[in-house]
Amino acid sequence: MAGTGIGARVMRKEDFRFITGKGNYTDDINRPGQAHAYFLRSPHAHAKIRKIDTAKAAAMPGVVAIFTGADIEADKVGGLICGWMIHSKDGTPMKAGAHPALAVGKVRYVGDHVAVVIAETLAEARDAAEAILVDYEPLKPVVDLASATKKGSPVIHDAAPDNQVYDWHLGDEAAVKAAFKKAKHVTKIDLVNNRLIPNAMEPRAAIGDYNSGEEAFTLYTTSQNPHVARLVLSAFIGIAPEHKLRVIAPDVGGGFGSKIFIYAEETICVWAAKKVGRPVKWVADRTEEFLAIAHGRDHLTHAEMAIDENGRILGLHVKTRANLGAYLSTFASSVPTYLYVPLLSGQYNIPAIYGEVEAVYTNTAPVDAYRGAGRPEATFVIERLMEVAARELGMDPAAFRKKNFIKSFPHQTPVIMCYDTGDYNASLAKAMEIHDVKGFARRKRESAKAGKLRGLGYSAYIEACGIAPSAAVGSLGAGVGLWESAEVRVNPVGTVEVLTGSHSHGQGHETTFAQLVAGRLGIPIENVAIVHGDTDKVQMGMGTYGSRSGAVGMSAIVKALDKVEAKAKKVASFVLEAAEADIDFKDGKFSVKGTDKSIDFASVALQAYVAHKFTGEQLEPGLKEGAFYDPTNFTFPSGVHIAEVEIDPDTGVTTIAKWTAVDDFGVIINPMIVEGQVHGGIAQGIGQALLEGAVYDANGQLLTASYMDYAMPRADDLPSFRVDHTTTPCLSNPLGIKGCGEAGAIAAPAAVMNAITDALGHENIAMPATPQAVWQAAQAGLARAAE
Amino acid sequence: MPKVSMTVNGKRVSADVEGRTLLVQFLREHQRLTGTHVGCDTSQCGACVVHVDGKAIKACTNLALSCEGANVTTIEGLANGTELHPMQAAFRTHHGLQCGFCTPGMIMAAIDMVNRLGYDLSEETIRHELEGNICRCTGYHNIVKAIQAGAAAMGGLKVAAE
Amino acid sequence: MYAFDFHRPATLRQANNLVGKVEDAKILAGGQTLLPTMKQRLASPAAVIDLSGVPELVGIEQKGRNLVIGAMTSHAEVASSALVRAALPGLAALAAGIGDPHVRHKGTIGGSIANNDPAADYPAGLLALGATIVTNRRKIPAGDFFTGMFSTALDEGEIITKVIVPTGAKFAYAKFRNPASRYAMVGVAVGKKGSSVVVAVTGAGSDGVFRWADAEAALGKRFNAKSLDGIKNPAAKELNSDIHASAEYRSHLIGVMARRAVTAATAK
Repeated sequence: MAGTGIGARVMRKEDFRFITGKGNYTDDINRPGQAHAYFLRSPHAHAKIRKIDTAKAAAMPGVVAIFTGADIEADKVGGLICGWMIHSKDGTPMKAGAHPALAVGKVRYVGDHVAVVIAETLAEARDAAEAILVDYEPLKPVVDLASATKKGSPVIHDAAPDNQVYDWHLGDEAAVKAAFKKAKHVTKIDLVNNRLIPNAMEPRAAIGDYNSGEEAFTLYTTSQNPHVARLVLSAFIGIAPEHKLRVIAPDVGGGFGSKIFIYAEETICVWAAKKVGRPVKWVADRTEEFLAIAHGRDHLTHAEMAIDENGRILGLHVKTRANLGAYLSTFASSVPTYLYVPLLSGQYNIPAIYGEVEAVYTNTAPVDAYRGAGRPEATFVIERLMEVAARELGMDPAAFRKKNFIKSFPHQTPVIMCYDTGDYNASLAKAMEIHDVKGFARRKRESAKAGKLRGLGYSAYIEACGIAPSAAVGSLGAGVGLWESAEVRVNPVGTVEVLTGSHSHGQGHETTFAQLVAGRLGIPIENVAIVHGDTDKVQMGMGTYGSRSGAVGMSAIVKALDKVEAKAKKVASFVLEAAEADIDFKDGKFSVKGTDKSIDFASVALQAYVAHKFTGEQLEPGLKEGAFYDPTNFTFPSGVHIAEVEIDPDTGVTTIAKWTAVDDFGVIINPMIVEGQVHGGIAQGIGQALLEGAVYDANGQLLTASYMDYAMPRADDLPSFRVDHTTTPCLSNPLGIKGCGEAGAIAAPAAVMNAITDALGHENIAMPATPQAVWQAAQAGLARAAE
Repeated sequence: MPKVSMTVNGKRVSADVEGRTLLVQFLREHQRLTGTHVGCDTSQCGACVVHVDGKAIKACTNLALSCEGANVTTIEGLANGTELHPMQAAFRTHHGLQCGFCTPGMIMAAIDMVNRLGYDLSEETIRHELEGNICRCTGYHNIVKAIQAGAAAMGGLKVAAE
Repeated sequence: MYAFDFHRPATLRQANNLVGKVEDAKILAGGQTLLPTMKQRLASPAAVIDLSGVPELVGIEQKGRNLVIGAMTSHAEVASSALVRAALPGLAALAAGIGDPHVRHKGTIGGSIANNDPAADYPAGLLALGATIVTNRRKIPAGDFFTGMFSTALDEGEIITKVIVPTGAKFAYAKFRNPASRYAMVGVAVGKKGSSVVVAVTGAGSDGVFRWADAEAALGKRFNAKSLDGIKNPAAKELNSDIHASAEYRSHLIGVMARRAVTAATAK
């Protein structure tokens, strides 16, 4: 079994269906008699709805029904929720405006849901939607993040008269003030963390289906966490009780956070299925995804770092304004708070940290978690500060980092986190060696000869995965627990089905989870099936986000496997007629200590079900065990990425010349899959740094609403990456896993911007560093150099 | 409604379609060949790439009626039962896919690349030739490796057959 | 898309009949711009006349000192044509840089110039080469054909049948791609035949493709990138400005791309 166990590069079990075109995505599913939904969306960023006249549209060919906000109000369909309560500095709860699934009285962003048309075909639904007459009274929109809370700004939600959602803080303000008083040097920086649009390649889709005989609903949906969707749709939105609502998230074509949330569209599909008595299918086109999916990032930050005469950091003060868009999305409030400020200590020993975050409403699409969620923003702040501070102090950026690294563990930061383990020097040293940092000066000279500017930038990141323990996050405002569930079902022939609450939408769980199970039980990996994404099969789960599936989801499987092994030993003890304590289990065999008596796993499974060797009083038949695993701490993946860029000052084009990543993810189950996660994360991070950025005009129109204007990283924008690892096993879970899904996206933006500013010789450039921005910055740099 | 007939994966098929029916709709909705995907509305993502008369095209930017009499190959038409096309096998071996959504278009584009440019493809060539295919998961690193290996394997196959 | 009637003539004669007869019809060539526009419901013709079934509109021939390219010849065919690569390698390279490989298999030279997208590559190339556009009714010099953004000299019912491109010119096209769409943010085509030099700029002008007279004059004296050193770039006020590139940046890029085009045209 050595070939498929933990640590093996096992080819993915799920690939066959994907490479042969037999994947089963939501849009590939069709229900008998289904009708098609099309959403009429607001063309205005901010407007009152005076009247909606659907008469003409309703008479159009193929139209089955048209619904507006009035219909969902009449049916008492609850509003969409934000599941994490944040309290402001003054103790007041965050100001959450109502978020109906179809607009009631007012629209608040371009793309907001005004009405839904259900028709025989999608084209007919769209034709009819264009015939709906909406009488809008346009209002002045709030678009600019910096001025959103200014006196006299238009009010987006009555519940938040100054457009402020909360004004939150964490850390010891007095201690930070004292640190700055002692400082020999203070580094100050202003940063924009640009707004991103997630762009999983599969657009969102949903099919609502209602069985009137059983009064039961089924929702097929592109979700990263079908159980959370069911919980919210039943407990909060009130569509159906949980036992009458089945949520299926089949193959899902990428998520990156954007498919965590519970959106208006799936809510309406499932509700409308009962109203019209037919399955209702909706599939987003890409433009709708741009307009109405939850966006990511969008921070303005001022940060200051206090440093003593020896180059040691004394304190950090970070002030951020976060754009949450027009409504609070499902986990929006937690992203710029608990997923952000607690990470500001980075890999460094910083005695005092104070973070202030003001979150505001604007007339733009809701903003929520996108790959990394808060942690990329934190890493960007601290790693840009480290680089700038080193330059100001005339220190080598690597040496400055080394000097301030945390070197003993556990380490309690001043902002909640207690890092269990790590070796930051090791990853930095390895990255520098692999990258040939020593050869950089020579490469820079060669670039200069060719008229190019070359720069090198570091990013020593930390992230926190497997957000936990549940009791702790509950005390911080989370509306849910953040454990995971697993059930291991051993069949009488010894094959195994593992039901998990994690959801795989590209991460390869069907393979890595099977590696764990096959290795532990000593059975062929072909004999293990991973079942996920269906609330009728898996009882409850929390889903996949925040790089939690390995650390939390697999730990739950370990717990269930512990129970299976214990029960199987009991069965074996009856079969082998030995005391339970004398049964050993190794390499798929149960044997009696000190004898040659043994029985294999499949035979034990059979014996568990035929139950011939024990009585019901002695032992329950069957071999099936479940477990819930609640972590005792976060996990703390870390690492160092080194970016090397070459800039053409004539055009401003930045080329990534070289990339090295050395990550510490703890124990790695499948290095092939982990490296793939790192590659993808880096690409998204480089995308943020060089290419991507959502742009709204002053009227709140999204100017980057298609791939014509939103620059997605393509193959020729990127290099091949050199990816390596160091390992300090995580101490808080049984497998020693830390998590890897977000690391690249967290590390990369700062590495790129540190390299670009190194090449340019000044700090005055923001993300995305497009050719135009870099050209302007290069011209400014040349002008400055000439002075 | 007008009728369109074409050969899809070696099979003669026909259906009554509207003028506005796209080739990708014909394949997905009329033929239930759902391996060809739609990822954008502006002809850029390449999730819908199929071969028409031996050339890679975007099935979202071609009318079904324009394909009257054409010979269409989709991702479903590549494997021979469980025996994968060398390019499919290379994507699996080199972990050239994660969520799988862009994969059919990537594989069809890759085979077309080999058909045009041969079996020995440089990294630079592959990256350049992938301009019309967007992947959000892999960072392209392993896609590039997979295509390089798949191209070589296609060449080996051809040599072996000769 | 809105619904429409679909016609697919098999001969040019049938096509001619249809364009005279069918009301509010759009001619569909490769469809790589028209279909996305229709999908977004930005165009709503009552009928579409698809020329993809007319074989006489496809093909590349050398006729005397000219290349004659059928209107329905795809970008891929122009890019890979041995005739074009031998006679005008710069034109083959231009075609090889339009869109992406899949788009190049469908997109056609006739469709591209009939649409005259302000960011399209062919209009600049054909201007710089002094090409002639042949329709079912007449011949139109490229200089008279492109009349402004999305506008041409074509009349109602007029179908482009072929493009005549003189050979023997030094020619190259340098494009700076929009990072998102990959269309030309600035594209400069430079053609020199005898003492006459044409510098045509696409992607940048507020009214589509235009000629850069100052550069033409300077390059007419000496065909070398250095000749552009003293020349002022086209004024920003005549140029496009959008979220990707300001008019000033486009103006600068015109200078850079023109130099690169001249260098490429004089290479080999």
